[in-house]
Amino acid sequence: MSVSVKDVEYIAGLAKLRLKEEELPKLTEQLNKILNYVEHLNELDTTEVEPLAHPLEMKNVFRPDELKTSLSREKALANAPQRTDEYFTVPKVVRR
Amino acid sequence: MDIKETLNAVKQRKLSVKQRVERALKTIEDHKDLNAFTQVFAEEALEKAKILDDRLAAGKETGALAGVIMAIKDNINIKDHKTTCASKILESFISPFDATVIEKLKAADVIFIGKTNMDEFAMGSSSENSIFGAVKNPHDPERVAGGSSGGSAVAVAIGACDAALGSETGGSIRQPASFTGLVGVKPTYGRVSRYGLVAYASSLDQIGAFAKTSEDAALILKTIAGHDVHDSTSATEPVPDYDRVVGKEIKGLKIGLPEEYFAEGLDPEIRSGIMNAVRRLEKEGAKIETFSLPQTRYAIATYYIIATAEASSNLARYDGVRYGYRAQDAGDLNEMYEKTRSEGFGEEVKRRILLGTYVLSAGYYDAYYKKAMQVRRLIKDELNSAFQKYDAIVTPTTPTTAFRLGEKIDDPLTMYLMDIYTVTANLAGICAMNVPVGKNSDRLPFGLQIMAPAFKEDRLFQLGAFFEK
Repeated sequence: MSVSVKDVEYIAGLAKLRLKEEELPKLTEQLNKILNYVEHLNELDTTEVEPLAHPLEMKNVFRPDELKTSLSREKALANAPQRTDEYFTVPKVVRR
Repeated sequence: MDIKETLNAVKQRKLSVKQRVERALKTIEDHKDLNAFTQVFAEEALEKAKILDDRLAAGKETGALAGVIMAIKDNINIKDHKTTCASKILESFISPFDATVIEKLKAADVIFIGKTNMDEFAMGSSSENSIFGAVKNPHDPERVAGGSSGGSAVAVAIGACDAALGSETGGSIRQPASFTGLVGVKPTYGRVSRYGLVAYASSLDQIGAFAKTSEDAALILKTIAGHDVHDSTSATEPVPDYDRVVGKEIKGLKIGLPEEYFAEGLDPEIRSGIMNAVRRLEKEGAKIETFSLPQTRYAIATYYIIATAEASSNLARYDGVRYGYRAQDAGDLNEMYEKTRSEGFGEEVKRRILLGTYVLSAGYYDAYYKKAMQVRRLIKDELNSAFQKYDAIVTPTTPTTAFRLGEKIDDPLTMYLMDIYTVTANLAGICAMNVPVGKNSDRLPFGLQIMAPAFKEDRLFQLGAFFEK
């Protein structure tokens, strides 16, 4: 499988990245080289193999449902690039 | 001086903690050009030293590592300090909390001398992908220190600290340890809490340590390991006194040498250095056997699919809303996201996000991501059955010694292939360690890798200490 410049632009959109026109050909080539390389996994027959998502394979790790203090609002907002006293602020989401 | 000797000297007041800190700060200053540190906590470290000296002089109780100086990779949170991940997107982020490992080290009275340089978001094998510039190797400043934890490796190598914390996703401690001549341990997945470590690929990430000796590394691991309610993937297994195994005889241990790790591509000087070390094991009564791990050749492909897939998901949180960099002059929210992420992430991070997004996208998930997870199981099963026969596996850590700055930066695939001997341990979740065993004809160090079954870190330290004798 290989990707085109257009595919890369589409993937970038999914990842919320905006790529410069001049970056695209090189990136496409690099991604194709990597995708080409990983292709050799297909030499292996894995039809009966259960996928392994996590090395420890633990299940249902619970903690007691107790009320605890967490970060104060002021601390949680302290790193915000833009804020009011109580909220994070962002550019307009809905256009009038 | 190793950590135990330092602790004794400090306790007996033969050595003042303040003097140690002053010396460390001078060392950092003298080696500024190596670019190992992103931040140095001079004032704070001196203050802490004074408090410790006073307490020691008054005969008051101190923590188990009082007087020990450490450096911390800049992707581990220390409260009220910056956690930059060597990225523009986190350049000004100040952490409101301590990582669990930091809490534990603070309780042991460790002094933090600074945060160390790294590949942006731990993505890289050379510590060149950093907004602070590349880390340089003290053995040859024209060469890389390895990565992604290159700054932590250099900090220990130049003597700016007794030990340092790094993190691993696919060899990011062992490889720089090999390139700089240090012990570097990657504990079993879940052995150390990841709470407060900035996430790259969550099913692979693990915090570990750089040190000058296996015993020092054992002391640090003993301090930071253990279950943590803040990390549901941390293991409940009890933490043994890892340092106790130092000096324990190795007679009768069964050691496997996987032939795939000694095949084409391995520097002949490294091969003979590793084989010399293996002969020493044999002479001491260990049983050495060559065997085959045929799935090894699929490890890099498997690793780069899984790691980038998880990264693309983990790094979605950098949106310019709650913390970190935000691009200015965006017309609407979507444009703000796109501009922020495009301006805030470096090239390699973007490349990995793109690759990860692609392998997870509709129509390709089964072909890439699911396939990689299936091969991951094959790799893990194969290693586990090898551990039915062998107490430990010994290999080279890296196929070459440190390469030149800039040499591989434009060729991502070649750079990825440098991780060939290290990624298997991360995929299988087992523990592994680099021990320095020699230098090549250019005086560049290289290391030997010991792999042991999950939660058998004591074997790493036992064998590591043997090679240091």
